[in-house]
Amino acid sequence: MSDHIVSAYSDELERITADIVRMGGIVAEMIEDSCRAVSTNDIEMAKAVVARDGGVDTIEAEIERQIVSVVARRQPMAHDLRLILSALKVAGELERIGDLSKNIGKRAQKLDDAVSPEMRNGIMRMAKPVKRQLNNVLDSYASGSADIAKDVWASDDEIDQHYNSLFREMLTYFMEDPRTIGVGAHMLFMAKNLERIGDHCTNIAEFVYFQATGDYLSTMERPKLQQL
Amino acid sequence: MTDTDARSFRNAAALKRLKGRRAADARFKFYGRLAIVVALAALAMLLVSVGTQAFSAATHHVVRYDIELDPARIAPDGASAPEDISRNVEGFYGLARDSLLETFPEANTIPAQRLLLAKTLTRLAVLPAAREVAARPELIGNAYTLTAPLNHDLDLFLKGRGAGEMRVEIGSIAAAKADADGEVTLTGPDAFKAVVTRLASLRAEMGPAADTLSVLVTSGRSTGRLSDITANTARLDLLTGDAADFEQSRPAGRIFRLAESERNVSDQQIAWVLALKDLGRVSRVANTGLLTQTDSTYPELAGGLAAIVGSLLTMLITAFVAVPIGVLAAVYLEEFAPKNRVTDLIEVNINNLAAVPSIVFGLLGAALFLNFLDMPRSAPLVGGLVLALLTFPVVIIASRAALKAVPPSIRAGALAVGASKMQIVFHHVVPLAAPGILTGAILGMARALGETAPLLLIGMVAFVGDVPRSPLDESTVLPVQIFSWSNNAERAWEPMTAALIVILLVLLLLMNSLVVFLRSKFERRW
Amino acid sequence: MDGTQQAGGPDVLGDGQPGDAGTTLGFPRIDCRNVNVYYGETRAIHDVSMTFPDRAVTALIGPSGCGKSTFLRCLNRMNDTIDSCRVEGEILMDGDNINDRDVDPVLLRSRVGMVFQKPNPFPKSIFDNIAYGPRIHGFANGREDLDNIVEKSLRRAGLWDEVKDRLSAPGTSLSGGQQQRLCIARAIAVSPEVILMDEPCSALDPVATARIEELIDELRKRYCIVIVTHSMQQAARVSQRTAFFHLGNLVEMGDTDQIFTNPREKRTEDYITGRYG
Repeated sequence: MSDHIVSAYSDELERITADIVRMGGIVAEMIEDSCRAVSTNDIEMAKAVVARDGGVDTIEAEIERQIVSVVARRQPMAHDLRLILSALKVAGELERIGDLSKNIGKRAQKLDDAVSPEMRNGIMRMAKPVKRQLNNVLDSYASGSADIAKDVWASDDEIDQHYNSLFREMLTYFMEDPRTIGVGAHMLFMAKNLERIGDHCTNIAEFVYFQATGDYLSTMERPKLQQL
Repeated sequence: MTDTDARSFRNAAALKRLKGRRAADARFKFYGRLAIVVALAALAMLLVSVGTQAFSAATHHVVRYDIELDPARIAPDGASAPEDISRNVEGFYGLARDSLLETFPEANTIPAQRLLLAKTLTRLAVLPAAREVAARPELIGNAYTLTAPLNHDLDLFLKGRGAGEMRVEIGSIAAAKADADGEVTLTGPDAFKAVVTRLASLRAEMGPAADTLSVLVTSGRSTGRLSDITANTARLDLLTGDAADFEQSRPAGRIFRLAESERNVSDQQIAWVLALKDLGRVSRVANTGLLTQTDSTYPELAGGLAAIVGSLLTMLITAFVAVPIGVLAAVYLEEFAPKNRVTDLIEVNINNLAAVPSIVFGLLGAALFLNFLDMPRSAPLVGGLVLALLTFPVVIIASRAALKAVPPSIRAGALAVGASKMQIVFHHVVPLAAPGILTGAILGMARALGETAPLLLIGMVAFVGDVPRSPLDESTVLPVQIFSWSNNAERAWEPMTAALIVILLVLLLLMNSLVVFLRSKFERRW
Repeated sequence: MDGTQQAGGPDVLGDGQPGDAGTTLGFPRIDCRNVNVYYGETRAIHDVSMTFPDRAVTALIGPSGCGKSTFLRCLNRMNDTIDSCRVEGEILMDGDNINDRDVDPVLLRSRVGMVFQKPNPFPKSIFDNIAYGPRIHGFANGREDLDNIVEKSLRRAGLWDEVKDRLSAPGTSLSGGQQQRLCIARAIAVSPEVILMDEPCSALDPVATARIEELIDELRKRYCIVIVTHSMQQAARVSQRTAFFHLGNLVEMGDTDQIFTNPREKRTEDYITGRYG
């Protein structure tokens, strides 16, 4: 897309996009680190993840401030309007993802040695597709690609599958050894958090798609893996 | 020098340049003011020179004659009808002249003196009195006071012009002795010292010619011309009155720098006028004749009424011809005519027409209206038509400018509510342009009012004694009348011409004020 | 309505029409088919086909010189006054081509009113400004009728309360925004079906502009309104349909929401987002 006649306007929009991508990068690292802290039982790393959430909130506030300013001064239209709207929402989604990662980090500190490495690895396994989804959706956001966004939106089921299998796996652990129920509950919540992050990624994908095309993905039928 | 120095408010080079620019500003302002001063000075000179001249013509001297309206002389048998009386100049003039002879019996004996005394009253000056008596026959047979303007030369003399009059002081006269042949010897201690001194200085100034200068000594109604003088005594040739008037008096002395032969008034006439004045029969009154009389060979009887009426009639014709034609042509050209080469050509030619010298219109008028259409010469009708030719290009141009100045948004607004072309033009455009059109028309008329040349060519320069009653009567107009009067020889015409110029200027001023008034009243802002 | 309509008189203000158009657009009041406009040899409008729905505001936007005003002026044949201007194609109103020889532009303009960029009240009284149109068209039977028309028109233009006590004051004594509303009232007074507005707010301050926009929104319930505007925000605010013109072409026409959030054409997008065209 060519530049605005008022070049400062283009600069402002680019800066918002860049800030969102930067925020996305931080959030992606938080997911990675929190899950690694779980799998390696690294309490320090878990604490560091929790500490980083404040920075994410700051970036989100800054992005919102920029958006308000652009809306007030430039009255964006058409693609610019969609860009601004989706930036606002994507920033919110990323902030939620940051919160969920922080939550994983908090719960990681509550785990003890009673949790078997097998149980921990389940989380790490599930984190992989989540991170992939987030990275993909951030790529689509940065490049404005509706196709990648649509792919991300369509492949959320894989995360659901992982969650379901992890849930069943946990149930077997609980039945084998009821003492694990305490920490297992934490593990379940972490899995649930990852599943929520996946949902947020599909939300972001929807906004990216709307930004790029002006149409709404949510009105389409999402392919379900079970139906394949 | 660093960059900041070059940009400083106190940079020397910049200040120098600035000084040059300021000086240029000041010079230009000075030139502009100079131009205005020159223009104002020219205007002031015009107004002062015309104004002072005209002011002297604003009043004139009239003489009162107490006469008995003898029916035998003013209404003799066979000529007693009112119209005969009104034309009986000879009868009234005779009565007035007799009244003068009665006052100055010495003139009766010498025919030349009789004639000279009779010149005091212009023959035709009794006409108003004749008309009054004709209208009121009951006056016949009774005493009547006839008032008539003084001869113009004597009038000028009384206004202090035309004789080089100088007053000299004369002391108390102890005794006046009448000699033979109308001579009087006056004696008084040092009574004539001032006269002698003055005459001596005049002699030094003018040489022997000073000996021919007249010195008149007046006391009461008696005046004598000095023939011999010492400091204590003087011998006078008595011109009118008698020696007794000088007894125990302080007479007035007058020396005239112009010799009698160089003046239009003789010593004798002066003596009579002074006597009439002393008798209280001469009074200075407003010269209403300027506005109520028509043209005359005698300046004291002449007035501008015929020219004023002629001008008004001519303007009426001009207005009725030029304004409708001009306005309609302008409206058509501006609003309806297609814009093509033909209309361009017409526009160029109208502009050219406005620049054609006015005398050419006179020639055209003479050829077209007088020779071809055989219209009456010297008539306001023809004059008005010629001036209309002259005026209507001006009206067209002014009206087009006014129509153009109507904002297109008004036309668009009217068009958009569904007005037709005619409705747009006559409901909206023309009313808005009306002040401008009127201004153009009145300014064009003002120009026409001042035109002389074309009217000369259609014979409006003729002498017109009667006020024109219709546009077909012989007539003249103000500027032409001014032109004719300024060609007359007598000095008394000068102030009369100036007075007529003032009347013309006042008329023009009135028309221009009308423009200002109409503008301020009808001009609308949008 | 106040029901003072005289029996027998024409329903000049169209009071019989129902009030609210709601969100659905009315039937096409004007249907343009392959309209071309030429100034001499220059083609100013290229093959424009579009419809103007009744009881809706259609905004024509586009850069200067794109032909939107020219096209607007075709709709009441104001271009007739320009000698070199020639209009081709069909502009249908109730099935009649308004460019037909037997359609009188004077009658057409009583059905298609127009409001201009600069408020141009006649230099007459407020009353006469409104009454002029009905008078020349013979719409009013007597003074009382005329009074009614003037009052109704002023009420509809939202000006009545401000001027009812000084109807004989000159129209030019009003403020700019009031003058423009007076011009709108003047256009309404001849009971048109269509009102054309050529940048009606470009000479007004934001408050006066807001009043006019409020008025346009009100008038939309009764008339087919076509507005040319340079302000895209204004087009977005007041219109239901928007058409984008560029270089004499109709680039895109659609619902205002769609044009301003998701235009189909890149030229439209570039124009409304302020990019290099």
